[in-house]
Amino acid sequence: MRQQMVPGGAPEATARPAPAAVPEAGPRVSIETLDFYYGETQALRGITLALPERQVTGMIGPSGCGKSTLLRVLNRMYDLYPNQRAVGRVLMDGENIIGPDVDVNALRRRVGMVFQRPTPFPMSIYENIAFGVRLHERLSRAEMDERVEWSLTRAALWEEVKDRLRNAAGGLSGGQQQRLCIARSIAVRPEVILLDEPTSALDPISTLRIEELIDELKRDFTIAIVTHNMQQAARVADQVAFFYLGELVEAGPSAQIFTAPHERRTQEYITGRFG
Amino acid sequence: MSAPRPLLRGRRKAVNALALGLASFATLLGLVVLVWILGTTLIHGAAALGPHLITQMTPPPGAAGGLANAIFGSTLLVLVAVLVGAPIGVLAGTHLAEYGRAGPFAELVRFVNDILLSAPSVVIGLFVYQIVVRPSGHFSGWAGAVALGFILLPVVVRTTDETMRLVPISLREATLALGAPKWRMITQVIYPAARVGILTGLLLGIARISGETAPLLFTALNNQYWSMDLGHPLANVPVVIFQFALSPYDSWHSLAWAGALLLTVFVLVVSVLARTLLRGRTN
Repeated sequence: MRQQMVPGGAPEATARPAPAAVPEAGPRVSIETLDFYYGETQALRGITLALPERQVTGMIGPSGCGKSTLLRVLNRMYDLYPNQRAVGRVLMDGENIIGPDVDVNALRRRVGMVFQRPTPFPMSIYENIAFGVRLHERLSRAEMDERVEWSLTRAALWEEVKDRLRNAAGGLSGGQQQRLCIARSIAVRPEVILLDEPTSALDPISTLRIEELIDELKRDFTIAIVTHNMQQAARVADQVAFFYLGELVEAGPSAQIFTAPHERRTQEYITGRFG
Repeated sequence: MSAPRPLLRGRRKAVNALALGLASFATLLGLVVLVWILGTTLIHGAAALGPHLITQMTPPPGAAGGLANAIFGSTLLVLVAVLVGAPIGVLAGTHLAEYGRAGPFAELVRFVNDILLSAPSVVIGLFVYQIVVRPSGHFSGWAGAVALGFILLPVVVRTTDETMRLVPISLREATLALGAPKWRMITQVIYPAARVGILTGLLLGIARISGETAPLLFTALNNQYWSMDLGHPLANVPVVIFQFALSPYDSWHSLAWAGALLLTVFVLVVSVLARTLLRGRTN
């Protein structure tokens, strides 16, 4: 069972045409023998996985396999719920981010998250972006304007909203709202972005735009995406991790996982025999 | 299954007609009473309307006068009650929704709040009489405002608690995922999201307290003259209506009708405003 994927020497052969853009890098986040519990129920068992710097890690597996749970460990989202706990180590720059002394708010600035359904705040488009930035930085008005434009441009939304930044964010379409949420996450300049089924509530065209966006964003950010859509994983991910019943069955370069998986369960899942 | 026999079908239709008839009659009865009350108020009140209502003071028997001091006094009482009751109510509701959640303490507070919500207003009047009027030795506007505040408080607590709990968990998680501390989530995301609901609750509370009479009889009492002093008895519309309507003087009667009409219209406008706000939210 291959759990670690450390890219050695040659850039791995991905399904997409421009693999040369993938930088060689060590892991940005290292998950080591992680267990997770909802009360008495164990949801993750001994997960060991590395998220390589500036690459996209796709997490696939049937519902309830623990992939979203893992994502919510990486930014300590589970902290909100008193009966949930994680045991093990998750290292970022040598620090165990699930340790008790971690500044959770500072961690969440470094590890952003975009959810399944768009969650625009009840304020203007501009304020949606500025809200997060103000939490962590003091910027002048001009600097804030610049930051808002930068993040909306990176999220491929600027051209559509630049004339109505003061309008309520709720008036945007679902796809635009989701790109706004991505812009909001990158505006605080995180190191890692977690995407929890970011396109499952969107139409195919909006989905395509977000997938293109992910491809663009990985030049600057380390990305982990949970998806139920196998094609999506194949399209956007450099590395794919397959989860089943709370265990990491297999992780590897997406081309290898989708063409020559080592494990039978992986093969059966990706060919649609269960899940 | 065969079709019901004609006899059964006839019985069923008779029961249906009877139930429909009773229900319609009950509805009609309620409507008739309502229209009767509103109609009587409108007819008698409209006859007594005029600019003198807001330019002249409540008169002695037989003389001409208006309701200026009572209208001003009521406004002052309600305003102070809102200024005192609304912030406490919103903060208490915030605690219930965001910190207490479903814990035993929060559930206890909700239970007590519900009791306060349905407490007879005369009891609240007596309570304030005991804790404010007796120690100070005299009736006062402050006591009246405190009594109205006690009636407003549970309404605001409840609507704040309920509307804030309606804000979806996804919005909370999204805010915290940016690294926001909880207090910023509450003040900058949850409050704006729940604003319309909280405001609606406050308006309904204002509609409720502006017509309360019993608690004011024990607290603010009345004042025949213009006064802006909350430290002394203060004129107010409900108590003026109460006193004037019970009097034997025709001129007082007509002022009581005018006051009743003004109160009814005010409550109606505030209620419509609250409903309009709520409707705006769903769009």
